Amino acid sequence: MIRIDGLSKRFKDVEAVKSVSLEIPKGELFALLGVNGAGKTTLIKMLCSLIKPTSGDAWIDGKSILTEPNAVKEAIGLSPQETAVALNLTVSENLFLMAGVQNLDNEAARVRINEMMETFSLSKVASRRASKLSGGWQRKLSLAMALVKEPKVLFLDEPTLGLDVIARRELWDEITKLKGRVTVILTTHYMEEAEALSDRIGVMKDGVLLETGSAKELIAKTGADKFEDAFIRIVRGEYD
Amino acid sequence: MKKIIAFSKRNALEIARDPLTIVFGAGLPVVLIYLLSAIQKNIPASLFEITSLMPGVVVFSLSFVTLFSSLLIAKDRQGMLLTRLYTTPMRAGDFVIGYMLPLLPIGLVQAAVCVIASVPLGVEISGNLLLMLIVSLPAILFNVSLGLLFGSILTDKQVGGVCGALLTNVSAWLSGIWFDVDLVGGAFSKIANALPFIHAVEAERCALAGDMMGVMNHIWVVLVYAILALLLAVYLFLRQMRK
Repeated sequence: MIRIDGLSKRFKDVEAVKSVSLEIPKGELFALLGVNGAGKTTLIKMLCSLIKPTSGDAWIDGKSILTEPNAVKEAIGLSPQETAVALNLTVSENLFLMAGVQNLDNEAARVRINEMMETFSLSKVASRRASKLSGGWQRKLSLAMALVKEPKVLFLDEPTLGLDVIARRELWDEITKLKGRVTVILTTHYMEEAEALSDRIGVMKDGVLLETGSAKELIAKTGADKFEDAFIRIVRGEYD
Repeated sequence: MKKIIAFSKRNALEIARDPLTIVFGAGLPVVLIYLLSAIQKNIPASLFEITSLMPGVVVFSLSFVTLFSSLLIAKDRQGMLLTRLYTTPMRAGDFVIGYMLPLLPIGLVQAAVCVIASVPLGVEISGNLLLMLIVSLPAILFNVSLGLLFGSILTDKQVGGVCGALLTNVSAWLSGIWFDVDLVGGAFSKIANALPFIHAVEAERCALAGDMMGVMNHIWVVLVYAILALLLAVYLFLRQMRK
């Protein structure tokens, strides 16, 4: 579903992403972990055709991000790092906005939006303006907006950042429901989030993808007792 | 087309639901018309005659259209909503048209509010009022384009300063609404006549008087500025989009 081949990005003097290569099969939930400035968000932005790579290429559902960015945009959904909703619009209007800008016809939009309302329990706040929602509800709405057109690939950039424990768990439940149906790339700072949700995890540092594997594989590879220790050992290079 | 309509609808709702729109878009121009007309009644000189004042307020109030649009775009750029929309199949042209489309009728409604509000003050109901609305279109396009331009390069706080303070003042002082710029003369008058504001006001005054030749003498300047502002705005919007 996703093939990344030697993808790099340089901003003036900083090489934010250094020759990342990776394959992610259909339906997998892949978590990108790394400390601040590791290059996770830059990698996501390149895969979404928001910024052009300095070198390398990637293919989403067989479409090149370099030569077919418009086709790539037909296949993806993005829930950005900060909540990306239209604050003066109601929950329902936000969902119809996303259906409209993605060319869904009216009937298909209505059906799909009803599904999203049900899946994310948004019906009870459907007529409330986004600005009046709590952070947790805004994140749910943001995720629902990314899914309105049933993307083949969903990018979740730190979806639970700043949420309380309950809101985070609720969002985890929603993300878990997507597994197997939608290919998901999720970036996060939270070890337990990556461990709980993902099929595989990639650890990045200074733009380099250091390791990939399931949480268990990475624990075994580093000889750590738990995943957080495994992550620290990978980032510090303290393993064979 | 569906994409543009959906995005335009969102922009129209965002602006319409902002209390600033009502206060500055419709409230302030009407207050200005009535306040200055009340002053006119109590002074011997002919400073704020309604047939001269109202066309000026129509043009002045359009500077708030620039403020509304540039604020919306600047806020969108600073937040993540535009980033999300950039990952959808929307093209650059869809964004430009989607931002501009709802503002044209908003500008027209503003002009109409000023025109209607001036009827009880003695402006005669005639076809010339409709002509005034048509003549306001290049000025609306100019102000909407300025909104796209400033929204593409400034933050929302900078927009407040540039459009909320600077543009409204430039539009007020250099437009001949409150006084004849030729009375000041010199560089002030030359600058005022080189800018579109005074020509937009004069075109509106001529339209109200039914003087088509006068309209033509002034409206082309506004139209040239509107086209130049539009081209520059589209270039700057596309440049920030690529960034």
